[in-house]
Amino acid sequence: MIELLIEVAQVFLVVALAPLVTGWVRLVKARLQGRIGASPIQPYRDLYRLLQQEAVVAHSASWLFRAAPYVTFSAVWLAAVLIPTFTTDLVLAPAADLIALVALLGVARFWTALAGMDVGTAFGGLGASREMLIASLAEPAMLMVTFSLSLVSGSTAPSQIIAFVLSGSVGIEVSMGLALAALVMVAVAENGRIPIDNPSTHLELTMVHEAMVLEYSGRHLALMEAAGMVRLTLFLALIGALFAPWGIAQPGAGATEMALGLGVFLAKSFALASALAVFETGIAKMRVFRYADFLGGALLLGLLATIFLYVSEAV
Amino acid sequence: MGAGQISYDVAHLIGATVLMAGLQLLYQRRLFAVINTFAFQALALAAAAGWQAHVQDAPHLYVTAGIALVFKAMIVPFALHWLIEKLGIHRSVETAMSIGWTMMAGVALVALSILLVLPVTANAAALTRESLALAMSVVLIGLLMMITRRNAVTQVVGFMALENGLILAAVSAKGMPLVVEISVAFSVLVAMTLFGIFFFRIRERFDTLDINDVETYRGDRQ
Repeated sequence: MIELLIEVAQVFLVVALAPLVTGWVRLVKARLQGRIGASPIQPYRDLYRLLQQEAVVAHSASWLFRAAPYVTFSAVWLAAVLIPTFTTDLVLAPAADLIALVALLGVARFWTALAGMDVGTAFGGLGASREMLIASLAEPAMLMVTFSLSLVSGSTAPSQIIAFVLSGSVGIEVSMGLALAALVMVAVAENGRIPIDNPSTHLELTMVHEAMVLEYSGRHLALMEAAGMVRLTLFLALIGALFAPWGIAQPGAGATEMALGLGVFLAKSFALASALAVFETGIAKMRVFRYADFLGGALLLGLLATIFLYVSEAV
Repeated sequence: MGAGQISYDVAHLIGATVLMAGLQLLYQRRLFAVINTFAFQALALAAAAGWQAHVQDAPHLYVTAGIALVFKAMIVPFALHWLIEKLGIHRSVETAMSIGWTMMAGVALVALSILLVLPVTANAAALTRESLALAMSVVLIGLLMMITRRNAVTQVVGFMALENGLILAAVSAKGMPLVVEISVAFSVLVAMTLFGIFFFRIRERFDTLDINDVETYRGDRQ
């Protein structure tokens, strides 16, 4: 029973926290760029405003266009539920799997791309084609990271990997470092952050994700934006949980440890969000033709992480 | 986890950092970025030598670390920066093969050297095996860089990256007394190569390396 309650708490924690994390990234970026910036709770207000507005749908749009925001948001939300945030003691832990996570994110991306093409505007198609280019490179890299982690820990379930890392049987492992680097690169690409995509641009030449959701308004847009925010929180939680799991509550932990786990999770999320803001401020947007090099690099890092496991005889 | 395990892990980590810097060299598209990455690699090499000196209790390796730090992480990068600015060399890296393919070839070389080193050194200690595999990868990536880059400066950087790999191998194996001498000899060789570019440029501009011919171009004679 208590496990179920924790699971429900975790389900809503991620969604409740996501706009705040996004707002925090925007605030830190604004401060670093010499602007005052909006309050970190501004994304909540934006979502609320969008939910109040009427949804305008193009004449040429099919049912797909209307269904896509709901499917996308549910898939991303479900993916976020799979990742242990403050405790690994979850009802869904046996079903949670990094490969399932990749698949759910793939579903979300597939629907977003379909919706982008559905209306038949040029921008939507352009955004969809670029998104698929990024996906075709980022997804294998993400799977490579999954494989090397599962070779180290013997499982693809996040809770098992966390338990393995916490048990101290893995030292300062080169493969883990390489996998971390690859996962960070994938996270940057998947969330459409600089240098791959600029989340705040509406310049035709450079936008990817914004181009696909350009036709959305009202509650549809709110769901699409919320899906993006949850995805960002999801990746921050994933990186924090897999590579710095210290403080997370293990099965059988009491209320104090749960509270500690929650505090550590919040601290990790905001620290990573601040690091993302610093990174984004310090780097320039990449040309579209260089995506392949960047994400190919992530894939190769993931591959090297696997190769090094054989050198260090950890397998 | 004992002290031996930690020294092993740290040595492994530093060696992998040297290798990562080698792969990073292949990824760069700007000459200055290539040189900065090379300086970083030399820094990591100095750290590797210093760590091995500490672990093996071999003071002469500190000298190797010092040479790597002062000569390769500082003087050579500065000299190359100066040369590029002075000679007005075009600042983008000219490649014979696309960056993506070069990176893939680089990773294939890493796999190759691991496949090669592991069976050959089946009886050696794990630390030596790993370091040899890493060092061999760095050497091969340096060679790859020399093959796939057209510009003379990037070829020299590739050569020096190759040399970094050799020194990494030398410091990792226990009881290698000639490390210092070897690294000095190689450094002289690198200096010769640097002069080589310089002379090459002079010849290109004046069609000769004869210093008398160069002097006639000086403006302050008249």
